[in-house]
Amino acid sequence: MFSSLFPHGVTHYAVGGALMGLGVALLYVTTGRMGGVSTFFSSSWSWLLQTSFFRQASWRDSRRWRLVYALGLVLGGILYALAGLPAEASHMPAWKLAVGGLLIGFGARLGGGCTSGHGICGMAALSLGSFLMVVTFLGTGILTALIVKWLGA
Amino acid sequence: MDKRVSLLNPLATLASGLLFGFGLAWSTMIRPEAVLDFLRLDDCGLLFVLGCAVGINLLVYQLFPRLCRRPLLAAAFQQRPFEMQRSTLLGGVLFGMGWGICGVCPGPALAGLGAGNADLLMALAGIFVGALLHGLWVGRIELGRNNCRRVRS
Repeated sequence: MFSSLFPHGVTHYAVGGALMGLGVALLYVTTGRMGGVSTFFSSSWSWLLQTSFFRQASWRDSRRWRLVYALGLVLGGILYALAGLPAEASHMPAWKLAVGGLLIGFGARLGGGCTSGHGICGMAALSLGSFLMVVTFLGTGILTALIVKWLGA
Repeated sequence: MDKRVSLLNPLATLASGLLFGFGLAWSTMIRPEAVLDFLRLDDCGLLFVLGCAVGINLLVYQLFPRLCRRPLLAAAFQQRPFEMQRSTLLGGVLFGMGWGICGVCPGPALAGLGAGNADLLMALAGIFVGALLHGLWVGRIELGRNNCRRVRS
């Protein structure tokens, strides 16, 4: 039963998840911020665009730390690769990444957060709205992935 | 706030992102195929990742503000600016669809790029454009609303 639910074991999932959690916890303990990632993709447009939406104070006040935080995420990946830790190559078709990316960007911003903002921070803050959002995107994510698999795409 | 603290704050933010990104790589969540394995219900490991990350922050978010009146390097703890609206759930649905198509979400896209998966640039471009479209769309709705108000008055 257990090995059919977790064919690759659970150790790396638990260790990785704990490291992620420690990163989010460090941000909160030191700076008092909740470390969702997707807002970075809106706040960064405020460097370039002057429309009233992108001129909002919430973007301008947070765009600097969100950029630093995003750079940290990239750096974490670089460090992992440099350390020569195990990694498998990925072969995701470009159209899936483009279409999926578009939906993710629009959806995360309309939904006020993503897997980190709602999934980690919101749930840890016991936000009922975030629980609802996680159930929503987990449900549609599973449904979509199963349909795509069924279509053979 | 003195100079030492104002320099430490971005450093802590960078370190938090780094730990988060490193953990994402360790958990294999930077590999879209690994996420899709979960969404297709072939491997439930993602629940372990999320569980560990949430568990740690549940403790930190609930306990730390009771132990310390303010974060170590800032004046106050911040709340996530999230309000449930009618359109919010639609955002969650769109996000879930994108997630189910490509197995990418914002954090892993950044960390995976750092770990050397250049294909993810396509996903990141999609997310940026999606966030842009959201901002322009919301901006237009607000503009329309203001015009209506002007006409009425």
